[in-house]
Amino acid sequence: MTGPASGSQSGGQVADVQDTSEVFRGTASGSTGLRDQRSTDGADQRAIPAFVLGEELGDLADHDDRIAVLTADLAKANRTNDFAARHPDRFFNLGIAEKNMITVAAGMAASGFVTYAATFASFSALLGCEQIRTDCAYPGLPVRVIGHHAGMSMGFYGTSHHALEDLGIMRTIADLTVVCASDANQLRGILRASVDHPGAMYIRLGRGRDPEVYADVPDVHFGRAVQLRDGTDAAILATGSEVYPSLRAAERLAATGASVAVYDVHTLKPFDVEAVTAAASTGRVLTVEEHNRTNGLGTATAEALFEGGFAGVRLRRLAVPDEHVPIGPPAALYAHYQLDSDGIAGELTMLLDD
Amino acid sequence: MIERHLAVERLRDRARFVRTETVRLSRIAGAGHYASSFSAAELLVALYYSELRLRPDEPAWPERDRFVLSKGHAAIGLYPILADLGYFDAAQLDDYTRLGSNFGDHPDMKKIRGIDFSSGSLGHGLSAAVGIALAGRVRGSDHRTWCMLGDGELAEGQIWEAAMSAGHFELGNLVVVVDRNQMCIDGFTDDVMGIEPIDARFTDFGWRAQRIDGHDLDAILDAFSDLPRADRGQPQVVVADTIKGRGVARMELSLDWHVGNLAGQDYDDVMTELATGLAAEVGR
Repeated sequence: MTGPASGSQSGGQVADVQDTSEVFRGTASGSTGLRDQRSTDGADQRAIPAFVLGEELGDLADHDDRIAVLTADLAKANRTNDFAARHPDRFFNLGIAEKNMITVAAGMAASGFVTYAATFASFSALLGCEQIRTDCAYPGLPVRVIGHHAGMSMGFYGTSHHALEDLGIMRTIADLTVVCASDANQLRGILRASVDHPGAMYIRLGRGRDPEVYADVPDVHFGRAVQLRDGTDAAILATGSEVYPSLRAAERLAATGASVAVYDVHTLKPFDVEAVTAAASTGRVLTVEEHNRTNGLGTATAEALFEGGFAGVRLRRLAVPDEHVPIGPPAALYAHYQLDSDGIAGELTMLLDD
Repeated sequence: MIERHLAVERLRDRARFVRTETVRLSRIAGAGHYASSFSAAELLVALYYSELRLRPDEPAWPERDRFVLSKGHAAIGLYPILADLGYFDAAQLDDYTRLGSNFGDHPDMKKIRGIDFSSGSLGHGLSAAVGIALAGRVRGSDHRTWCMLGDGELAEGQIWEAAMSAGHFELGNLVVVVDRNQMCIDGFTDDVMGIEPIDARFTDFGWRAQRIDGHDLDAILDAFSDLPRADRGQPQVVVADTIKGRGVARMELSLDWHVGNLAGQDYDDVMTELATGLAAEVGR
């Protein structure tokens, strides 16, 4: 069951407005404490760190003169203006010209730079798809294309600003590492690990201000998932923005006596088949992703399960169905598609009953 | 003047070499972009044998001039030049395009010494050149970045994104050469998609433009020597009016020779035509 949940379990608790200022005014450094609109767990209102992309890249650039940052008229939204303020000579705003931005980043990379090119995922991964393949991945250049505000985190901006296809497109491209950040600390870890990573990368972010999963900056090893929680009855494989609500859902099920493991599959490519194997040992696997049901984490998991001889494992894939999503603020859309902790817990319950 | 005369004579010989090698390599492959290579022959040899700052024995020299062949399908005319300059053994071209060869229809920077950027998807090369030029500026290098565009690819929107950014960033270290050979695949650009006035379109984006006869080696050398050596400043465009298929009568401005295959007596006839007729016809 992956369709819209009519009569959402979340009821009226979901925030029904969208804070537009978060996107276009950015968020002040250090601003914390905003309510987690993703979660309906009223008791859990963790501090949400600010968008750290520009700050972390600025820190890295302090010690590495190869790092350059590009954006396409979204320096405020993605906080690369934090980088620009500290390293103006290595920051380039290309205006609303994403294809040019990505190939310019590739040209700089061909001259020795490690370039980070950031814009909405709908425009980096979809509009710039061919530039990523032909100019970044094929020549093996160290371009890190940042797709932020991925999935449907742009809410009522609608399909033009959603990216629910990017993982499927990106993981089809040879010689491209595809990574999703679940929170600010992991984003820092990903960026640190990316500097000397060979070849091109696509790094997918949510709103850039997601609730905390990692208390400290983790050492990120691309291609190796992180087991965040042990469990023997079932396992959740989640990526990016769905890691946090998956953890909350597993915690909730634990209160009922169910033992559910949670893996953060931050790297979609290369895919961690060993993590899938470990998850399969529970006999029940749930994948959770803010992406079209086709060709994302769930598909990759199904491929690995079947090819690994685990065809008998019960698999459920929680994702956005193959449709263009309705208008609505993000939190309402997550509830609509059961991609909040309530919805994930409901799906888990059904999986455990399978 | 004698020096210039000798230089032009040498370039003329090398342009003939580009054409004959294009014909030879196309036969190995069974097909080739003859006409797009022929229109660019004088421009390519003027760049590689006269203008570009290169160290073929040190292909990764950071201070070298960069060259992006945005019209990557003319690579068949560039490979012989790179071999001739010593970037790789010319014998590597003998299995051009065959399974496992480093040399395909479009150039691959990872496989071929001397190629600064992979190309093939039209409309991308100028953006790559803008990135390379920006990198040179940030590093404090005075190298130039050159980019050859085909005229047909000027219909690609990304070209004008890149042209706008080069003007915005005042990339005086960037030089574009447009091979204005008048034709794209389906016909004359004037019929398929009008792109003129090319020079005015670039100057509107903040560039300085020159327009020359792209088969006149003297004019090409004059244009290249007229470029200001400036980091901050205007990007430069040289619009070179050329003839697609130049040098082989049957191919000149023909719709049938964007890609073709010369075999048998046709092959021998064209080789003879290139050996005997071209020196007098081209580059006056």
